[in-house]
Amino acid sequence: MKQDLHLWLIPLLALVGAAINGLLGKRFSRQTVVAVALAFSGAAFAMALFVASQFSSLSPIPHVETLTPWLRSGSFQVDFAFYLDQLSLIMLLIVTGVGFLIHIYSVGYMWEEGGFYRFFSYLNLFMFFMLTLVLASSYLLMFIGWEGVGLASYLLIGFWFTKDSAAAAGKKAFIVNRIGDFGFLIALFLMIQHFGSLDFTKVFEAAKPYAAETSGVGFLTAIGILLMLGAAGKSAQIPLYVWLPDAMEGPTPVSALIHAATMVTAGVYMVSRSHVIFERAPGALTVVAIIGTLTAFFAATIGIAQTDIKKVLAYSTVSQLGYMFMACGVGAFSAGIFHLMTHAFFKGLLFLGAGSVIHAVGGEQDMRKMGGLRSKIPWTFWTMTVATFAIAGIPPLAGFFSKDEILWRSYQASWAYWLVGVVTAFITSFYMFRLWFMAFTGEYRGDAEAGHQGMAGEAPAPHGSVPHGHGHGGIHESPMVMIVPLVILAVLSFVGGWVGVPGSLGGSNHFDKFLGPVFRSTVPAVNTEHAEPGEAAPPEQTTEGAEPKTGHATEITFTAISVGAGVLGLFLAWLLYKQRTELPDKIADSAHSLYSALAHKYWIDEMYAAIFVKPLVVVSSVVFWRGVDRGIIDAALDGSAETAKELSDNVRHMQSGNLRSYAGWIAIGATGVVAYMVWVWAVAR
Amino acid sequence: MVPLSYYLILSGILFASGVTGFLIKRNIITIFMSIELMLNGVNLSFVAFAAHWQQLSGQVFVFFVMVVAAAEAAVGLAIIIALFRTRETLNIDQVNLLKL
Repeated sequence: MKQDLHLWLIPLLALVGAAINGLLGKRFSRQTVVAVALAFSGAAFAMALFVASQFSSLSPIPHVETLTPWLRSGSFQVDFAFYLDQLSLIMLLIVTGVGFLIHIYSVGYMWEEGGFYRFFSYLNLFMFFMLTLVLASSYLLMFIGWEGVGLASYLLIGFWFTKDSAAAAGKKAFIVNRIGDFGFLIALFLMIQHFGSLDFTKVFEAAKPYAAETSGVGFLTAIGILLMLGAAGKSAQIPLYVWLPDAMEGPTPVSALIHAATMVTAGVYMVSRSHVIFERAPGALTVVAIIGTLTAFFAATIGIAQTDIKKVLAYSTVSQLGYMFMACGVGAFSAGIFHLMTHAFFKGLLFLGAGSVIHAVGGEQDMRKMGGLRSKIPWTFWTMTVATFAIAGIPPLAGFFSKDEILWRSYQASWAYWLVGVVTAFITSFYMFRLWFMAFTGEYRGDAEAGHQGMAGEAPAPHGSVPHGHGHGGIHESPMVMIVPLVILAVLSFVGGWVGVPGSLGGSNHFDKFLGPVFRSTVPAVNTEHAEPGEAAPPEQTTEGAEPKTGHATEITFTAISVGAGVLGLFLAWLLYKQRTELPDKIADSAHSLYSALAHKYWIDEMYAAIFVKPLVVVSSVVFWRGVDRGIIDAALDGSAETAKELSDNVRHMQSGNLRSYAGWIAIGATGVVAYMVWVWAVAR
Repeated sequence: MVPLSYYLILSGILFASGVTGFLIKRNIITIFMSIELMLNGVNLSFVAFAAHWQQLSGQVFVFFVMVVAAAEAAVGLAIIIALFRTRETLNIDQVNLLKL
């Protein structure tokens, strides 16, 4: 007897919440809106917990539940079906759990805002699409969710749509994502062509007979690279990462939920889900690894020079996502998902904490105008501290275990990945502690005490046009409804890594083992030397297989190095932003060109504008608009209309109202017809 | 026996006088009569052909034409009466309001 868990209910609950708030919310009181939003997202979370509790009794895994047929065309068919295995279970719990916490937090953060119901409706809508994405049992349904989260992201980035920059950021995110989606879509077409299906089970079965494309580029490599293009769009990797920093125009809870914890990790999920294909395309895996490594490094360097607290976190997110892709690229999918999970905790927490800080100082986002907040907002300070230590990779917090695992596994693939990874870990630690010191220690440099003039500062006010009216001046701790999610996430950021303690540290990496069945290598035994961790080595055999060879001692050495990198970053940040606060400016002056490059994000946006956007605008306006649209299409239409008008102007005088002239015309016509008939008759003779 | 051509010539003359009257007359009653003249010219050729080819269909056609002409006369005369009541004239050169 197959168990029926009614998986379809989970996304549907979120959709119902979105529909109720979206359609009726305008008339609801704020309390009702909150009740609806929290009830439905909470129910989805409860349902996810129920599914998790039933998971161990499920067999077989993956557990597929077909709701109803969807597309049938010849031999090709796609159903509305949901797919549950270890990977989607973890994603399900992250999305509903972190999502629910952020819903709670938003109640406090957004309470003063206009469009309250709209915000929660969009948030629930996002949950619906994200749950569809992670539970889908076919690439096509996944694509629906994929596009849907893009839509929700667009709506939420542009939530304060009266602000030009927010509206533009929303559009930018949407358009940049289209480029990636294009790759994803082509990959789907290739799959239909070669595997005849988009169903996960069928695609993976159909892919199994193929040997790894170790030399040359076959269709598997093409699919892999195109999928990676899609993932690069959604997960903000080079070359499509440019939308994510701009996406910080959205409300902070949105940044936490969509642009840190869940949506941007969809690309990692998708690549991991397609590991059967990627394993057979080592070329594509190398591309994934290189993109991930480069993104991790470059985004981290940009993060050093940012002054907007949310921008720092945005580049940090891009960088951490780079780590995840690096892990996937070296075949350590479970390490990537592990980092995805811990990142969801600590980066979600960092954003929520940043939101709480911004809230406290009255809408100021510039870190140079913060400082000394430690004693004024103690809850926020302590939770942020946990998150900062977690992301910096200080043991025994969550980030340490996942990052260490990725670095160790990437070293097995190539020392170059490892080296860049460690340097990035150092930079990460540096800019995070820079943020931490700038915001919480030293003297307060802003002017929120004197009133809420910070709103008028140069930084865009995150609270939109609505006055920040808490009815009191000065820095203040956030309300309880915001602090509780912070504390829960802080606990998770602290202990979340303990599920994956590696063997070298006396653990047994339960997380890796749990995901083992999903990522078990399916490549036919061509590469029998699976202990040799080359780039083409089948992934997921290395966890157990490689450790005895290299030994725990080596691994512990590497762990020490990466922790050392984190501590070094902490020390440097302490030196520059706590002890010798005049030094950063001097360094920036002496290395002006470098600093300027970092502060301007390597001028990537300007470069894209010059290379892609401007030519497109020029060609569109000159060739397509003035040339084709006006010159040909409009001209043809206007011309024919003009001709018809002139012709009728002349002909209308024939209708004189004089009956005898009509009779004359009839007679002439009849004569003409008769003459023609006679002529035909004469010719026929 | 009268040859077919005689009938056809007479028919042509009738039709041509009908057309001429239709084109040159101003009185609407006269025009109406000219139309009847044209119809009868055609009728004559129909029956002439019917007799010549020993075919009944020509004569059947004539009955149809006569029925339609009767109906047309009824409607047409009603229109003319209505027209005269409103405009107090039968000169169609003065009935020229229906135009652009």
